[in-house]
Amino acid sequence: MKLRKMLMASAMAAVAAGFAAPSHAADIKEVQMLHWWTSGGEAAALNVLKQYLAKKGYAWKDVPVAGGGGEAAMTTLKAMVAAGNPPTASQILGYFALDYAEAGKLTEVDDLAKKENWAKVIPTALQKFTTTDGHWDAIPINIHSVNWIWVNKAVMDKIGGTEPKNFDDFLALLDKAKKAGVIPIALGGQPWQEATMFDSVVMSTGGPDFYKKAFVDLDESALKSDTMKKAFDNLAKLRDYLDPNYAGRDWNLATAMVIKGDALLQVMGDWAKGEFKAANKEPGKDYLCYRFPGTDGSVIYNTDMFALFKVSADRRAAQLALADATMNPEVQSAFNVIKGSVPARTDVPDTAFDMCGKKGIADVKAANAKGTFVGSMAQNYAEPPAIGTGVYHDVVTKFFHGEIKTSDEAVAELVKGIEAAK
Amino acid sequence: MTAVDALRAAPVREPTRHSTTTRVVIYGLLTVFAVVYLLPLVVMVMTSLKPLDEVTGGNMFYAPKDLTFEPWSKAWGTACVGLTCDGIKGYFWNSIKMVVPAVIISTLLGALNGYVLTKWRFPAHKLVFGMMLFACFIPFQSVLIPMATILGKLGEFGRSLDDSIGFSFGFGNPTVNLVLVHVVYGLGFTTLFFRNYYEAFPTELIRAAMIDGAGFFRIFRRILLPSSGPIIIVTVIYQFTNIWNDFLFGATFAAGESSPMTVALYNIVNTSTGVIEYNVNMATAIIAAGPTLLVYVVAGRYFVRGLMAGAVKG
Amino acid sequence: MTTTTAPTVAQAMRRPQATLRERLQTWTPKIVLAPSFALVLIFVYGFNLWTLLLSFTNSKAFTNFNFIGLSNYQKLWTWTFETDPPSSWYTALVNMGVFGGLYVAFCLILGLTLAILLDQKIRGEGVLRPIYLYPLALSFIVTGTAWKLFLDPGIGLEKAMHDIGWSSFRFDWVVTPSMMIYCVAIAGVWQTSGFVMAMFLAGLRGIDGEILKAAQIDGASAFAIYWRIVIPIMRPVFLSAIIVLAHMAIKSYDLVLSVTGKNPGGAAELPSTFMYSYTFTRDQMAVGSTSAVIMLMTIAAIMIPYLYSELKEKSR
Repeated sequence: MKLRKMLMASAMAAVAAGFAAPSHAADIKEVQMLHWWTSGGEAAALNVLKQYLAKKGYAWKDVPVAGGGGEAAMTTLKAMVAAGNPPTASQILGYFALDYAEAGKLTEVDDLAKKENWAKVIPTALQKFTTTDGHWDAIPINIHSVNWIWVNKAVMDKIGGTEPKNFDDFLALLDKAKKAGVIPIALGGQPWQEATMFDSVVMSTGGPDFYKKAFVDLDESALKSDTMKKAFDNLAKLRDYLDPNYAGRDWNLATAMVIKGDALLQVMGDWAKGEFKAANKEPGKDYLCYRFPGTDGSVIYNTDMFALFKVSADRRAAQLALADATMNPEVQSAFNVIKGSVPARTDVPDTAFDMCGKKGIADVKAANAKGTFVGSMAQNYAEPPAIGTGVYHDVVTKFFHGEIKTSDEAVAELVKGIEAAK
Repeated sequence: MTAVDALRAAPVREPTRHSTTTRVVIYGLLTVFAVVYLLPLVVMVMTSLKPLDEVTGGNMFYAPKDLTFEPWSKAWGTACVGLTCDGIKGYFWNSIKMVVPAVIISTLLGALNGYVLTKWRFPAHKLVFGMMLFACFIPFQSVLIPMATILGKLGEFGRSLDDSIGFSFGFGNPTVNLVLVHVVYGLGFTTLFFRNYYEAFPTELIRAAMIDGAGFFRIFRRILLPSSGPIIIVTVIYQFTNIWNDFLFGATFAAGESSPMTVALYNIVNTSTGVIEYNVNMATAIIAAGPTLLVYVVAGRYFVRGLMAGAVKG
Repeated sequence: MTTTTAPTVAQAMRRPQATLRERLQTWTPKIVLAPSFALVLIFVYGFNLWTLLLSFTNSKAFTNFNFIGLSNYQKLWTWTFETDPPSSWYTALVNMGVFGGLYVAFCLILGLTLAILLDQKIRGEGVLRPIYLYPLALSFIVTGTAWKLFLDPGIGLEKAMHDIGWSSFRFDWVVTPSMMIYCVAIAGVWQTSGFVMAMFLAGLRGIDGEILKAAQIDGASAFAIYWRIVIPIMRPVFLSAIIVLAHMAIKSYDLVLSVTGKNPGGAAELPSTFMYSYTFTRDQMAVGSTSAVIMLMTIAAIMIPYLYSELKEKSR
């Protein structure tokens, strides 16, 4: 028995040795990327990068781990880093990059940054996440924003609606839709969707300065203020305009409701564009893109970045090639046209983009200049995850589903939770 | 071996006679249950044979109007897992490479452990068994990071072996890592199953064999193993299913091209900001469940043979 | 009987001048068991100690060793007993009790019932058995997604019933926060009861026919035979089944998220989801480790007495 076990073990080892890591060669011309862009549309966008690198002679080793906001991927990344085996780069969201930088796991590409003057073309707010102590260790490929509404044009024309400019107009429009027998808002009742919508409601209720004070500065008086309570009340008002089955619905099923004309509009980030595109719908003709009523002039953003890890010297050249490729204006344009977002570089020409994309690019430039370019609380770009996807999501979803009953309670819970999470 | 053979003659249970009404009730209940159990599978299969607009637009209980096998061919050969669009077939093989050794090793170790704990007792045997049992309850999330660190060190060790003697013994290879992880965390269960089974095994046979001059391994090989059919089946079913369907360890320790099929399935089924192709997802899920289903059908036959001592009883 | 023979065997082997072969015989069993035990010690108990260590630190995204004493435990204590509205941790604990209890109980009942029914020498067992068993072959994610669709009032069971004319049928549990956890239980029972059935069936098959025949001759009714003879004989199967089920109930993470659609309203929180999100998504590893330790202690408080009583029984 023991002999058989030994034989089996050595047979296995022999087989395994065949798969053992290749011995080190000089300059491995391969980029290993961890990401969670596994759907057809997103993968097509990432493919732009892969093909560009292929032209430069670099192979692409894909490490995809699916899952919403990258939860599973981040676990895998933690494990890889703990094992001493980090990828060349990883898709990553703001604060996680800061964590890894603080732990000393990231490398820097300052020479490249200086040569191409990234400091000037990347919005200042983003640089908080892409640089640590002035060193560039993460590169952004796009900018998404969450304060959009996506409207079915046919339904809008039928009810005689126009672009709502503030929250009261918004409610009036929704009433019109309800009277006409159409579902006013298509919502997927998942915590992140509700929180993302709340970002826009807060911005609409209190304006960009209030948003910054409450969510970026975590000023307690702002968080406890009547304005915040009003924001929660406004959110509660929106509950009256949903269909009864919204709980747990995936976001793209909600978008499908708008595309089909069962619902008037959806409050969602601009990745919703990908759904419309996949259904062969055109902006201006089939659907309309407006900023969430009362937030025009501001951009609540989240961005996808690639964190660059400390790797062995023979992988460095590939890493630099990746950084260079990501920041290349043509790559950024092609990538973002497919993905529905806006390039991270503000100097990329908008010729290839459709109507909504052009508006997006213009809005980012303007907001960056005015200082109304703020991170989304729901997407972990205003505060670290313990507060963002943690406390914020908890309080908003509990309020939305009735476990927290009043806006006074909600505000109190929010403040309490943030204190505990600090 | 005649002493053994004599003792092995098992009394077979005779069929119980039931009245007709009882039989009707029994068959009726079984059929109702069967329908309930099958319904989700029927829906899944039907969904996988419909084109996408029929899935999202229609009723899930209706048979496909536009029968198509395209989702299946896509799932196997062209569905996109990240940037590679080769379907699930490659990852299938990764899973098999990992599951087969893991199941064999953990089952074997479980059998040996059960044998030792019941037939070669030592003073602390109940404590040892209890400790191994309690190991079944470890929350997997808390082992991810420490395990990753240890696997990383093993990988370094493997690389240094590779550099010095040109042979790394598989240390650091993701598939080998997964086998190690699954063996370790399956030991509690396999030991549990075999230990309970062997507990009921008459010790007269063992004694007789010892008198005949057999040693530790020979007793195991010649007496216990041949009668272990049912419990080997139960253990293999359990281990195969758990390891084949594991996602957490596969995603954390073997992401990328060595990832098992569950990770690929998850990647195909879960998209964050893209179109959900329910029909392809269902087809992929059914393909993914294929080998396990095969194991159940094949192994199921052995359940009929009521061998000597009880399967999982004590 | 068994306990007296084994030492006798060992003693018989220990003669005055123990030859190398004989010494090997006494040591072989321990050598064979040792690797498994060592692996368990390191990778289970060692890691549990590591988790315990972390729970006393304030590790966030990565492990650090800033010890902060018991403050994480104090935090979780507050979250259990002193928060209003109830915190996610409290919800998680309550749900664990509800879900765990329902899941284990119904799997056992259903599994045993099906096993007894199948054991009645009926025809078609070869067809029926895989039908009850196959759900286990599906991964949790697939099961969860299938049941979510199935139970969705808008496109699933409720709609189908409406379509065929039963318009007053309501089954919207899966979108009602307080009822979501029951949907997770339904999906879970569907998935695992077949395996429990298989365990019980194997156990039933091994019961000595003589005992049953004797009881029948004595005039015992079928019910009495099952209740008084069969079920007690099957106690070790119950042990194995309960351990497997408890393990699965504790582990269920993918199932919860896929049935409820990412747990809206936080109503379907379970310790496993809580642990995972605090450790990995919220970068509060210390809190996650603390919750893991508390979970482990809770399980120990329930399982250790049970294991003790079951194992003690053996030495008859």
